[in-house]
Amino acid sequence: MELLLDYPTLRVIWWALMGVLLIGFALTDGFDLGVAALLPFVGRTDAERRQVINTIGPTWEGNQVWFILGGGAIFAAWPMVYAVSFSGFYLAMFLVLSALILRPVGFKYRSKRPDPRWRAFWDWGLFVGGFVPALVFGVAVGNVLQGVPFRLDSDLRSFYEGTFLGLFTPFTLVCGLLSVTMLLTHGAAWLTIKADHGTVRDRARVIGSVTALASLVLFAVGFAFVRFGGLGFSLDAGADIAGPSNPLRSGAFAAPGAWLHNYSLYPWMIAAPVLGFLGSTLAFLGIRMGREPLAFGGSSMGALGIISTVGLSMFPFILPSSIDPRSSLTVWNASSSHTTLFIMLVVTLVFLPLVLAYTAWVFKVLWGRVTLGSLRTNPDLY
Amino acid sequence: MDLAVVELSRLQFALTAMYHFLFVPLTLGLSFMLVIMESLYVMTGRQIWRTVTRFWGTIFGINFVLGVATGITMEFEFGTNWSYFSHYVGDIFGAPLAIEGLMAFFLEATFVGLMFFGWEKLSKLAHLGVTFMVALGSNLSALWILIANGWMQNPVGAAFNPQTMRMEIVDFQAVLFNPVAQAKFVHTVSAGYVLASVVVLGISAYYLLKERHRAFAIRSFTVAAAFGLAASLSVVVLGDESGYALTDNQKMKLAALEAMWETEPAPAGLTLFGLPNLETRSTGSEIKIPYVLGLIATRSFDQEVEGILDLVAVAETRIESGVIAYDAVERLKTDPENLAARAQYEEHKSDLGYAMLLRRHVDDPRQADAADISAAAWDTVPNVPLMFWSFRIMAGIGFLMIAFFATAFVLASMRRYETRWFLRLAVLVIPLPWIAAELGWVLAEVGRQPWAIEGVLPTFLGTSSLTVPQLWTTIIGFTVFYGILAIVEVGLILHTIKKGPYARSEDQHPADEPVGPIPLAAE
Repeated sequence: MELLLDYPTLRVIWWALMGVLLIGFALTDGFDLGVAALLPFVGRTDAERRQVINTIGPTWEGNQVWFILGGGAIFAAWPMVYAVSFSGFYLAMFLVLSALILRPVGFKYRSKRPDPRWRAFWDWGLFVGGFVPALVFGVAVGNVLQGVPFRLDSDLRSFYEGTFLGLFTPFTLVCGLLSVTMLLTHGAAWLTIKADHGTVRDRARVIGSVTALASLVLFAVGFAFVRFGGLGFSLDAGADIAGPSNPLRSGAFAAPGAWLHNYSLYPWMIAAPVLGFLGSTLAFLGIRMGREPLAFGGSSMGALGIISTVGLSMFPFILPSSIDPRSSLTVWNASSSHTTLFIMLVVTLVFLPLVLAYTAWVFKVLWGRVTLGSLRTNPDLY
Repeated sequence: MDLAVVELSRLQFALTAMYHFLFVPLTLGLSFMLVIMESLYVMTGRQIWRTVTRFWGTIFGINFVLGVATGITMEFEFGTNWSYFSHYVGDIFGAPLAIEGLMAFFLEATFVGLMFFGWEKLSKLAHLGVTFMVALGSNLSALWILIANGWMQNPVGAAFNPQTMRMEIVDFQAVLFNPVAQAKFVHTVSAGYVLASVVVLGISAYYLLKERHRAFAIRSFTVAAAFGLAASLSVVVLGDESGYALTDNQKMKLAALEAMWETEPAPAGLTLFGLPNLETRSTGSEIKIPYVLGLIATRSFDQEVEGILDLVAVAETRIESGVIAYDAVERLKTDPENLAARAQYEEHKSDLGYAMLLRRHVDDPRQADAADISAAAWDTVPNVPLMFWSFRIMAGIGFLMIAFFATAFVLASMRRYETRWFLRLAVLVIPLPWIAAELGWVLAEVGRQPWAIEGVLPTFLGTSSLTVPQLWTTIIGFTVFYGILAIVEVGLILHTIKKGPYARSEDQHPADEPVGPIPLAAE
C-alpha cells in the first residue's frame, strides 16, 4: 500500500502527537489534579470544600480521558515504549492508578453522606488522588531523562533491573516537585476563574503565587542538573530513520550533557524553555494581580513550555536505557508499523477536532463561577 | 521463564477484568434505558418520567464511577503486566484501544458531567441529546474493546515481521470487520441490556412489594419488561452467532465447552448434561439431544464438529511445522538477508506460534523431542470441566431470562403489577445476569488458553519480567482496595434505594399520580 506520508515523517508526527496528548492532559486534567491537591488547604469548611469540588465536578471526567487516551495512543503508536515503561515503573504505576481510582469515587461518594468523618476521609482521598499522580509523573519523567535501567534480549523482551526506591534521586525529586508546583499553580489559577470572590479564592491566590515562583526556581535547578550532572544520550551518525522498528539495530550511547545539544543544533527549540519560564512568570503576576485570564493563560503556557522542553531536549530519544544504551528506544526504532501510524493519524485527524469542539461546548454551557450561595440552592451539585 | 509470575499475572488480570465487568454491563444497559425514560419525559412532558429518569440516573452515576475507575487499571495493565504481549501485538491491538479513547470514551466522559449537572442549564431536548451521547459513547466503547478482544480470538489481518519480532497490521479492515468481534459486540451489549433490565425490574418490584412509590415503580417496571424481553431474546440469538463463529477459528474452544473428546458423525448431538473426566479423557453420564450441536455449529447436516482428540493431533503437526519456522526466524535474527531462511519461514510461518508452545517444556524449541511435542499439543486443550459447566450455567440463565421477561411483559401488559410471587422472583433473580456475564468472559478467555492470541502467542510468553513479590503487592493491593470500594458502592446503592425517588425536593409530588395509561404498554 502506498501511503501519503513517508515513515520518518509519520514517526515525527506521532512523536509530536504524543506531546500534544501529554500537554492536553496537563492543561485539562492538570488543573483537576492541582485543585484536588489544593482541596484541604484552600477549603476549610464543608461549604468551602464543596465549592472547590464543584469548580471541577462536571468536567474532570472528560479531562481524565486525556490520560486514558495517552495510554492508548502510546500503546498504538509506540508499543515498545508502552511495554517497557509501564512494566519497568511497575510499583510506581500501581501507586498512580490507585490514586487516580480514588478520584472518581471521591467526587461521587463524598456528597452522598453528610457525616463529617465520611467527608473528611474523601477530602484527603481527593488530595492523594491529585498530589500522588502529579509527583509520580514528574519523578517518572526525571527517570526517563536520566535513563532507565532496562535491556532488551534478541526476542525484544524487556528486562528491568531497577528498584522502586531507586526511582528517587535528587534530580528526579526536583522533577517530581516541579510537576507538583506546576500543576498546583495551574489548579490555583483555575480556582481564581471558577470560584466566587471569597476566602477560597484568596487562599488559592496565596498558594498559587508561591508555587508559581517555586516552579521557576525548580525549572532552573532542573536545567542545572542536566548541564552539570552530565545527563544525555546520543545516537550514532547515520541511523536508519526509515528502518524497521527494532531498537537493537540502532547504535545509541551515553553522552553526558547531550540533552542540551539540540539547542545549538536547532536554535528555535529555545522557544520551549523560554515559554516555560515566561509562562510561570505570567502566572505569578496574574495570580498576584487577580487577573484571571493572565493567571490561567500563564500557567497553561508554563506547563506547555516545561513539557515541550523535556521532549525537545531528548529528541530523538524517547526512553534511553542507562544499563544498555544499545536498547534505548527512539523515534526511529520504537514506533508502530508505517501502516498503523498512518491509519491512526487519519483517525486522530477526524476525531480530535470533534472532541475539542464538543468539549468546548460543554465548558461553555457550564461557564460561570461556583458561588457558596449556589451550593445551597442547586441540588445537582456535589 | 517463571511460571509463578505467569500464574499470578493471569490471576491479577482475571481479578481486575472481572471486577471491572461487574460495572460495565449496567452502564451499557442503563444508559440506553435512561434514553428511553427521558424520551418519554420529553414526549409526554409529565413530571413523573423526569422523576423516573433522575432516580435511575443516580443509580447509574454511582455505578458509572466504579466502571471508569476500574477501567483506568485495564488501559494500563497490558503494559504493566503483559509487556511482551504489548510489544508483540501492540501494532494491531493498541489501535482499537486508542480509537476507543478518542471516539467513545471522550464522548461518554465529557457528556456524563453535563448529564448530571445540566438539568437546569439545558432545554429538555438538548438534555436528552446529552443523555443519548453518554449511551452512544459507552456502547461504542464496548465496540472497540470487543474489536480488540475479537482479534485476540481470531487474529485476522496481521502477519509476523521477523525484522521487528512482532505482529504487524496487514489489513485493518479485516480487523474492524472481524466476524468474531461483531458477534461478540452484539452479544455483550445485549447482555448488558438484560442485566440493566433485571436491576430496574428487581428494584421496582421491591417498591411494589413494599407498596412504596407505586406510580414510579410501575413505569420503571414496564420499561424494564419491554426492554428486557427484546434484550434477552437477542442475547441468546446472538450468542448462537458467537457459537457459529467458533466453528471457523476456535474449534478447540467449541469442543472443550461441549466436552466432546471424539469427533462424532455429522450432525453431532448437543450434550445437555455430563461429567467430563480429564483423567480418562472422556465424558460420563451424558444426556444428549441428537443433531442439535451439528446444526448450531455448522448450520448443516453433513459437516462434522471435530473432537478434542483429533484437534490435539492437528496441533501436534502444527507444532512440528512451527519449529521449522522458528528455526528460520532465529537465523534471520543474525542474518536478515538469508534467502534460504526467508523461504523456509514463508512456507511455515502460519505455525510459528505453535512452536512457541514448546518453550514451556524446553528452552529452545528446536531441541524438543517427541514427548515435549506431545505435551505441548495437549497444552492446547483448555480446562474442559470449567468450560463445560460455565457454558451450561450461562446458557441456562440466558434461557431463564427469556421466560422471566416474557412473564414480566405479559403482566405489565395486563397491568397486573400486584402479582406477588413474580415480584419476589424479580428481586431474587437480580444476581443471575452478573453470574452469566462473568461466566461468558470465563468461556471467552479460559476457552482461548493456552493462547493470549489464538495460534500466535502463548499466554505464558506474554508476561512482563516481574518478580513474585511485586505481583503479590499489587494483587493484594487491588483486592483490598477494590473490596472496600465494592462495599461502599453496594452501601450507597442500597442507601439510594431506601431513600427512594422522591428524595429530591423538586421531584416531590403532592400525591402519587394516579395510574394513567402508560405509553409504552400502549404501543
